Amino acid sequence: MKLKSRHLLGLRGMPPEDIRLILDTAGSFREVLDRPIKKVPPLQGKTIANMFFENSTRTRLSFELAERRLSADVLGFQSGGSSVSKGESLKDTARNIEAMKVDMVVMRHWASGAPHYLSGVIEAAVINAGDGAHEHPTQALLDLFTIQEKFKKVEGLHICLVGDILHSRVARSNIYGLKSLGAKVSVCGPATMIPRGLEQLGVDVYHHLDDVIPSVDVLNVLRIQLERDAGRFFPSLREYHQTYGVTLRRLSRAERPVTIMHPGPINRDVELSADVADGEHSVILRQVLNGVAVRMAVLYLLATGN
Amino acid sequence: MDEQSMDRTVTRLAHEILEHNKGASNIVIVGIRTRGEFLARRIVEKIRKVEGVAPDLGFLDITLYRDDLHGKLEQPEMKGTDILFDISGKDLVIVDDVLYTGRTIRAALDGLVALGRPHSIQLAVLVDRGHRQLPIKADYVGKNVATAASESIRVHLNEVDGEDSVLLMHPDSDERGSAQ
Repeated sequence: MKLKSRHLLGLRGMPPEDIRLILDTAGSFREVLDRPIKKVPPLQGKTIANMFFENSTRTRLSFELAERRLSADVLGFQSGGSSVSKGESLKDTARNIEAMKVDMVVMRHWASGAPHYLSGVIEAAVINAGDGAHEHPTQALLDLFTIQEKFKKVEGLHICLVGDILHSRVARSNIYGLKSLGAKVSVCGPATMIPRGLEQLGVDVYHHLDDVIPSVDVLNVLRIQLERDAGRFFPSLREYHQTYGVTLRRLSRAERPVTIMHPGPINRDVELSADVADGEHSVILRQVLNGVAVRMAVLYLLATGN
Repeated sequence: MDEQSMDRTVTRLAHEILEHNKGASNIVIVGIRTRGEFLARRIVEKIRKVEGVAPDLGFLDITLYRDDLHGKLEQPEMKGTDILFDISGKDLVIVDDVLYTGRTIRAALDGLVALGRPHSIQLAVLVDRGHRQLPIKADYVGKNVATAASESIRVHLNEVDGEDSVLLMHPDSDERGSAQ
């Protein structure tokens, strides 16, 4: 069994059996993370470059940890302080890194489609660690893994993505992955932050949290991306919290407990109240732990499958 | 080898393990997935019948420790390691179906030392077919079978294959000769 593609660029169009292979493999790596020695040797001798053209802490650290746990050699690269600020093109930067005999490139880029472009100009396998407002496949895979870990299945569950869908690559990848595994997916947020035509992906659109909470199993609460000028899309953070903030009071209207997810970093008391984020039904820190296992699975499958 | 003779052989292996370790008190058994897992289960059951207590039983997936991961045409499927006890200080017996080149056992040793520091590691196999490529030797052997490198040994177990048998397969015929 191997993945159909030699790159991981997005979950759109990925066969469900490939998603399941990644989740199953991640389950084996999850066990490795509980061992006293959390390092295994399968990527010994492989070199991986982490090219981050946009700020990231947890995704970069999570990838780096996953790579080191698999015994790969790791090159770090951040756009600030590199030749990118001197005007070098993406293709030249990548080809120079490749000239150093790199086997895989993990890339985060502010431009949608940048990893797809890169995969066409270099030999190394490319993993998308988030491109613009397009896709963030490993985040969606770790969300799927966390849901499956909690519910022992994904099919038939109702998952609602809450907040800024328009700017969210996490939302897009989640929608593709969840639909592919047979979940019911809805989104909820202000009309200004829901892209038009989303219904065509088979997603139900809500504008009031109280309408969707009674029927959901999981709320995946997205971050209000203040750095992307999200404040232009609603009057104030306080008003956003009053209308779309997930609070204990709101959740108390659900008949069954609602599992709370968030890709981080959290704006506390904006999209999520602190007591919900730290509450008994929150799996937010579980997502972080599972993220390392899922990234190990992706790296392992791509490195050994070719 | 048929069902009855395999059962006798597994019984003997269990007794040899007990004799060598002077009882079951410090023994843990680890089967290598897939077929070693079921042989390990059988050995643990035999030990339980003799001693009244069953030693801890775990399963090891050696995929991550293989030395041919990057050359194989078919990507090996990971089946997961399942060792839920501390192996440090124990007399650990690895169980597998066939001992051949020794590379699987080399990988298993690497996998095990990552989990702890056993007092000793021993090896029990149902069939030793020779042709070692590494300096590895079994402590408990069910049956030595002389083979040519071009032949192959198939161990069938009821739990996975629906029957208990050991077959010697010749490369240029479909003829199945039972390894007596």
